[in-house]
Amino acid sequence: MQASDRFNINSQLEHLQAKYVGTGHADLNRYEWAVNIQRDSYASYVGHYPILAYFALAENESIGRERYNFMQKMLLPCGPPPEREDD
Amino acid sequence: MARIDDDKSDIEKTQEERKRMEKQLAALTSVTFDTDLYGGTDKNSYVSSIPVNEDEENMEAMGNEAARMPSYTAPKSITKEMPRGGDEEEDLGFKKTQRIYDREDEYRRRRLNQVLSPDRHDAFAAGEKTPDPSVRTYSDIMREEALKREKEDTLRLIAKKKKEEEEAAKAAPEKGDKAAAAVPQKRRNRWDQSQDEGGAKKAKTSDWDLPDSAPGKWDATPTPGRVADSTPSLGRRNRWDETPTPGRLVDSDATPSGGATPGATPAGMAWDATPKLPGMATPTPKRQRSRWDETPATMGSATPMAGATPAAAYTPGVTPVGGVELATPTPGAINLRGAITPEQYNLLRWEKDIEDRNRPLTDEELDAMFPQEGYKVLDPPASYVPIRTPARKLLATPTPMGTPGYSIPEENRGQQFDVPKELPGGLPFMKPEDYQYFGALLNEDEEEELSPDEQKERKIMKLLLKVKNGTPQQRKTALRQLTDKAREFGAGPLFNRILPLLMQPTLEDQERHLLVKVIDRVLYKLDELVRPYVHKILVVIEPLLIDEDYYARVEGREIISNLSKAAGLATMIAAMRPDIDNIDEYVRNTTARAFSVVASALGIPALLPFLKAVCQSKKSWQARHTGIKIVQQIAILIGCAVLPHLRSLVEIIENGLSDENQKVRTITALSLAALAEASAPYGIESFDSVLKPLWKGIRSHRGKVLAAFLKAIGFIIPLMDAMYASYYTKEVMVILIREFQSPDEEMKKIVLKVVKQCVSTEGVEPEYIRSDILPEFFRNFWVRRMALDRRNYRQLVETTVEIANKVGVADIVGRIVEDLKDESEPYRRMVMETIEKVVVNLGASDIDARLEELLIDGILYAFQEQTSDDANVMLNGFGAVVNSLGQRVKPYLPQICGTIKWRLNNKSAKVRQQAADLISRIAVVMKQCQEEQLMGHLGVVLYEYLGEEYPEVLGSILGALKAIVNVIGMTKMTPPIKDLLPRLTPILKNRHEKVQENCIDLVGRIADRGAEFVPAREWMRICFELLEMLKAHKKGIRRATVNTFGYIAKAIGPQDVLATLLNNLKVQERQNRVCTTVAIAIVAETCSPFTVLPALMNEYRVPELNVQNGVLKSLSFLFEYIGEMGKDYIYAVTPLLEDALMDRDLVHRQTAASAVKHMALGVAGLGCEDALVHLLNYVWPNIFETSPHVINAVMEAIEGMRVALGAAVVLNYCLQGLFHPARKVREVYWKIYNSLYIGAQDALVASYPLLEDEDHNVYTRPELMMFV
Repeated sequence: MQASDRFNINSQLEHLQAKYVGTGHADLNRYEWAVNIQRDSYASYVGHYPILAYFALAENESIGRERYNFMQKMLLPCGPPPEREDD
Repeated sequence: MARIDDDKSDIEKTQEERKRMEKQLAALTSVTFDTDLYGGTDKNSYVSSIPVNEDEENMEAMGNEAARMPSYTAPKSITKEMPRGGDEEEDLGFKKTQRIYDREDEYRRRRLNQVLSPDRHDAFAAGEKTPDPSVRTYSDIMREEALKREKEDTLRLIAKKKKEEEEAAKAAPEKGDKAAAAVPQKRRNRWDQSQDEGGAKKAKTSDWDLPDSAPGKWDATPTPGRVADSTPSLGRRNRWDETPTPGRLVDSDATPSGGATPGATPAGMAWDATPKLPGMATPTPKRQRSRWDETPATMGSATPMAGATPAAAYTPGVTPVGGVELATPTPGAINLRGAITPEQYNLLRWEKDIEDRNRPLTDEELDAMFPQEGYKVLDPPASYVPIRTPARKLLATPTPMGTPGYSIPEENRGQQFDVPKELPGGLPFMKPEDYQYFGALLNEDEEEELSPDEQKERKIMKLLLKVKNGTPQQRKTALRQLTDKAREFGAGPLFNRILPLLMQPTLEDQERHLLVKVIDRVLYKLDELVRPYVHKILVVIEPLLIDEDYYARVEGREIISNLSKAAGLATMIAAMRPDIDNIDEYVRNTTARAFSVVASALGIPALLPFLKAVCQSKKSWQARHTGIKIVQQIAILIGCAVLPHLRSLVEIIENGLSDENQKVRTITALSLAALAEASAPYGIESFDSVLKPLWKGIRSHRGKVLAAFLKAIGFIIPLMDAMYASYYTKEVMVILIREFQSPDEEMKKIVLKVVKQCVSTEGVEPEYIRSDILPEFFRNFWVRRMALDRRNYRQLVETTVEIANKVGVADIVGRIVEDLKDESEPYRRMVMETIEKVVVNLGASDIDARLEELLIDGILYAFQEQTSDDANVMLNGFGAVVNSLGQRVKPYLPQICGTIKWRLNNKSAKVRQQAADLISRIAVVMKQCQEEQLMGHLGVVLYEYLGEEYPEVLGSILGALKAIVNVIGMTKMTPPIKDLLPRLTPILKNRHEKVQENCIDLVGRIADRGAEFVPAREWMRICFELLEMLKAHKKGIRRATVNTFGYIAKAIGPQDVLATLLNNLKVQERQNRVCTTVAIAIVAETCSPFTVLPALMNEYRVPELNVQNGVLKSLSFLFEYIGEMGKDYIYAVTPLLEDALMDRDLVHRQTAASAVKHMALGVAGLGCEDALVHLLNYVWPNIFETSPHVINAVMEAIEGMRVALGAAVVLNYCLQGLFHPARKVREVYWKIYNSLYIGAQDALVASYPLLEDEDHNVYTRPELMMFV
């Protein structure tokens, strides 16, 4: 944060943003961002019934199964985190 | 004879001729007037001259009443501006002290009697180990307290015995002389009274709210201070006990080296470590104590030499006692921070001189003065200890420099005698009283020579000084350093420095706030390390809980709550338990409050077992009293959150109702009242167990206890079911009615309150109130005396209104209406206020014709007879009654208007103002009564008074005119609008706020509804005047002004108004320009944008920053106001915005960005995406701006674009920078991404980029590829 930011509304904005899980920052890596994207996507699929129905139709699964699958996939959606090279 | 007649006729002829000539001339000149503007009015109806002997005329008219009227008063604006005399004149330009000490009352000053007790043993840190004998454990402290109590008991017994003996002795020789026995009794009373007055001065701290804040009244125990006076032997004994011994240093100092010092035997400790004198309740022993109790060790910090030994540098008992003696502000206390005035300078020099003359003589000087032989030098007695109390140190001029004897004063203004030298190392200025704490910083001897501990101390001192006296910047960095390094510094050194500072008697609010802030921050960092210091911190923080400043109280609560979270419940209880039955009421009071904060921080259940034990303490009534008080404070502090624990809390304290000690019974009842108040309207079942003792209690108690019991009942009854409430009300009412006659003011207030609570409950029948309560109630309370005290007054009005809600208007109003003609004005006012509230609540339909007559008669009388300045009560009352009577007022209106007209012509400005105000209150009712002719007449009368010179009155007159115009409309208004408005134009120039506001409202109303009655030229004239009004301080005036611009533009077309406004963009004043831009936008809104935009955009070509920015700002407001209408204009203004967004000037880009934001938000979903994308391309490069306003505007523009274009588009702009190699770039892009994400999380799912899988990780989203 810049020095000028500390005293104005932006600092509150940053605070607000920090409260949301899916928000990012300058040091976010590819994996972390992708995890957020995946989880948001699954949440969105589950949240929109028509989309869920569409997927169920395409995969020939029941809607409930499909919902369950998506929820399960939210856990480690991209697989295990890569080892950090420089730490 | 004929000649003479001839002459006469000649003269007559010439006179006639001259008259004719004059008439012609007058006619000629009148032609030159703009009849359009000024014609048509009958000038003869004006009062053309001001009578010279106005006073006499009025005197005749008003008879004797005139004498009662207030004389001319200066307008408020002037009196406000004038420096208020009094204190300011007295202290001759000295800055008023802002010391906390100066605004405290006697009771609050007792905080200075507290001692920062030595560190305590931390059982948690020590674990299983047996505590070292040199540390103070809980049992040590309890033992000390017990000893203290015992000592006091003994002293009390001795005193009692002495007194008895004395009385016996007196009674023996002077038989039957009862007066002698009464003397000591009387004396105590007097002392009590004086104490009471101190407490009673503050309305907040009535001794009823804090039942034992006034020590004299409640502490029936004779305090030993008085005894000490009469028995000198006792006093001496005390002194010997308290002689400072080295042992004190030892047990206070945790360093093991201290243990080697003699006197460290654990047995002696209990004595040594009691730095308090018993019986500190009286101020007398304090003075003695300050002498003997203050070991020279305190000086460690003041004299750097003594501070050389680390063991002695810290003294636990730094009691800044003796602050009492400081009550008169000494010149030494002058705030030296500001520039020194000549008076201050002289005073300082004078003070310095006196100090020098009175300094102790040195041996050399004595040698020179006295003859060589015949005198012998004696050694001082072994017991002599020099008097070195902090209080004296404060009085002394604390400079390290000395001055030689007399010097011929020379006028050298540049020399600043007493201003201390610059501090080394950029340290902030030190005030005289700071020397004793920070003196060590002054000698800059080699830092390297100091031990690490000393260096640390020094560092802390420097930082603290910076926090206390530094500039905001210094303060901030110092505070941060203190916080960051808190654990490194350690709790001990930090608190040993901070806490004594907080005990400084000369502390100011700001300083205390800062130091408390330091503690707060440090607490957070130190966490469990604070445990040994909990009590010390409490000693300085607890007084904040009873500070009169609300924010100080909040701050105190916050600290104690943080402290209890850091130290834990066990430590808190261990630290505070000994204080619960402290002999000093002050300590108990603050401790109770602190405990309530602990309870709210750690949860009530955690504290319940402890409270239970304390409230049932067998050992001392003080403990029970404090315990119950804690419950009271908990209820007050956390309000309805007591509900879950209500039953247990009530059970804990219920035994107190039958306690043998009267004070315990009282506080129990008060606590029950607090609990019931907090839990209302729930929780009656929890109070079941106390109902019986309470109701029995009111029959057996008298005086204060009875009052407390009644208060409890008053709060419990509203919780009950209707049936029970009615039953219990009847039970208590007997007692209440008996107490109606009580002469005690407090009892009166409580009785009134309880009556109010009782009658407002459902179950109480109106008939019962009417027959049983009302007669006595009115007989005892509706008396003139009740109107004199403000609290009584309010309480009585509230209670009566509550009763009226039950029994109806007619009963109450009928009883008091006659009193509107009472001869006491405060009483009349009370009656009026009650009638007003009752009538507003319940309407006037109950009032029959006879009562109505009486009522109108009464209010007219009261209104006319009022003399006091506070006129609002009468005015409101009049307005309320007239409005609620509605059409029934018609017969009285001529009379009312007659009064008003007559009073409009009164000598006194106040009376005229009230009359005008009254018109605005009753205008609506006059319309209801179809008295339009009367209103028209009043309008003309008011119009004639527009020449009023008092702005307050003029404002009211304008307000009255406005009310009339509003009611009867523009067409029927007399005088006609075309005459009225030209009279208003010059008044617009008036700078008085009230005049401005009323005038602009009236003009705006005319512009809105009746613009066609006035020629365009007049409106233009008004436009120019309005520009000036944009400078007004009051927002309401500015808002009314810009709205008026809109109305005028609508009436006469936007061109001329716009030209005026655009010209005004060139002025320098920012506020003026801002208002002008708003006005332009409003004109555009009212007259459609296309009439304004061409001229506005043309104005952008003027090569002047202010004008261009003004145009941009107008556009921004314009698009904000017109919303989706903007879609027709967006293409027209795009080139202009392009240019502005590329301008070098930041403000251009900022304002253009905000215009883009409003535009985007207005046209979202209306198919203007092409233009918006185009504009976004211009906005986007500005995302790297650092100026806060600009970046805000740019971010908001991007947000606007998200709404208008969709999140996907903006995300595409974002993606390019999220993983940019430069961190600065990434930061900005992630910020944009985050706000995008928060705004449209779901919408982004569809547009995230395709990521490719890596060896272990799946990044693709195959679901989105599915296709049926």
